[in-house]
Amino acid sequence: MTIASFTSLLGEEFVQNALVAGAIAAIVAGIVGPFVVVRNMAFAVHGIAELGFTGAAGALLIGLDPILGVMVGSLGVAGLIGALGVRSRERDSVIGVILAFGLGLGVLFITLYDRYATGAFALLFGTITGVSRDQLLLLGGCGLAVVVALALIYRPLLFASVDPDVAEARGVPVRALSIGFLAIMAFAEAEAIQVVGVLLILSLMIAPAAAAGHLTASPGATVLLSVALALLASIGGILLSLVTPYPASVFTTGISFAAYVLARLFGSRLRSGSGRLPRDPVPAVATTTLGPHA
Amino acid sequence: MSERRFQAEPGPVIRLAGAAMRYGDRTLWESLDLEVGAGEFLAVIGPNGAGKSTLLRVLLGLERLSAGSAEVLGRAPRRGNASVGYVPQQRAFDRELPLRGRDLVRLGLDGHRWGLPFPRADARELVQHALDEVGATAFADAPIGLLSGGEQQRLGIAQALLRDPDVLLCDEPLLNLDLGHQKEVARLIARRQAEAGTAVVFVTHEVNPVLPMVDRILVLVGGRWALGPPEEVLTTETMTALYRSPVDVLRVRGRIVVVGAPEGAGNVGHNEHSDFTEPLPSYDT
Repeated sequence: MTIASFTSLLGEEFVQNALVAGAIAAIVAGIVGPFVVVRNMAFAVHGIAELGFTGAAGALLIGLDPILGVMVGSLGVAGLIGALGVRSRERDSVIGVILAFGLGLGVLFITLYDRYATGAFALLFGTITGVSRDQLLLLGGCGLAVVVALALIYRPLLFASVDPDVAEARGVPVRALSIGFLAIMAFAEAEAIQVVGVLLILSLMIAPAAAAGHLTASPGATVLLSVALALLASIGGILLSLVTPYPASVFTTGISFAAYVLARLFGSRLRSGSGRLPRDPVPAVATTTLGPHA
Repeated sequence: MSERRFQAEPGPVIRLAGAAMRYGDRTLWESLDLEVGAGEFLAVIGPNGAGKSTLLRVLLGLERLSAGSAEVLGRAPRRGNASVGYVPQQRAFDRELPLRGRDLVRLGLDGHRWGLPFPRADARELVQHALDEVGATAFADAPIGLLSGGEQQRLGIAQALLRDPDVLLCDEPLLNLDLGHQKEVARLIARRQAEAGTAVVFVTHEVNPVLPMVDRILVLVGGRWALGPPEEVLTTETMTALYRSPVDVLRVRGRIVVVGAPEGAGNVGHNEHSDFTEPLPSYDT
């Protein structure tokens, strides 16, 4: 492909729409992601995303818009997780149980639906090159709502996520925030799934945030880095798909995976380099006074 | 925060009258009368499950008494009271947690407020001052999960003292720390109490590291309790009556060791073997 044909592709409306949609999904996922990682909720992200697919299959079967199905599936599962297991230890078992059963239901719906379920499969792998202006507006509006909601609860959510006992003692509504965050996460996923697919939302919501956590120890910088890496993966994936015969999700998942691996391998020096001083400034006097009786 | 000198409060800082805590038919403690004055250091000891932490949760306004009344600074306990500081036992921070000591301390200032934590000069100064007070500036910018238990606990104390509390509630802050850090953390809390007249309620497994600063001790055992100065409470007679079985209290090289308490019923003295193997105590009320 020549440079000229690449730039002319960039002028196409469907490419521009794809880039904007990819950027919105990346920004939303990049902001939600660090909280997902800190709160150990990667598995919940999976459960919600994959049961969005079951919802879509169910909606197709009874003749409804699959997008409605995604919303019902994702938010319904988030509600179940919230009701059955807010504490992380029981939460993963609850998600495992619901996820397996829900995917089984999805298979049943697809089997019963005797036509080829393009709509449902499109939701699995994304149809980013087929985004319309109307969908963009919807995506942008929902994305903005997620970002604003998260900004409003940012401080107490961070407090409750990293230091729940003290947060509770200080009057932070820890349990309500857990459920609120679950709802925000499910909403963010459901709206992004419609555009970028289940697979992409998983790679944009977890890997960039996990990579960012290996690169910096500042909570604010983690969010910014996570957004930057998600944008790199999303936009980079779409641009690479224009010049190759492969779909964007292949490159997006590849880029976020590579970012995580590189951050893990080389991040620790960068991360602890700031402010790490010699250990244990406590004088040794204290232990020596106890001698053999210690 | 330490500029304010000790000043006598008109009434007790903490007051419990006829207080009881029950879960179903299990009584943690009952008929508990307790007053803690400004600048007083009260240690709370007793076996696991005796209701020591529950007592703190009552004072924090997180749990309601089954009977009796509780007051903190002249009012019913309420959640998020800025005059009450809380230091829990050492948290288990993941190594990858994107949080620095400075961020943890800042959460103590305004982590309960809605919205984003915009950088503010006065907040930065307050946090820096609190870090200096506990000697944590040197490691305040390192990832918190990479710090030692003692370093993390100093940050926890800075976080609790940031809003200049009149009451400091500590729940096993020395747990899992080595002796050097135990003494250092206890010293920081005692200094706060001495300089600012902050009342301290200190729940602990291990009374010896704080013995020099303790004014009174509350021992909770199987629904019963004893309250008084250490030299009166930590005696063979009192402890035997409390545990309802023969117990010897020995004083060895300035440490207090309780010998013969029913298995797991109490660990007042330093006992390497029972620290990690304590079974639940039996309730015989």
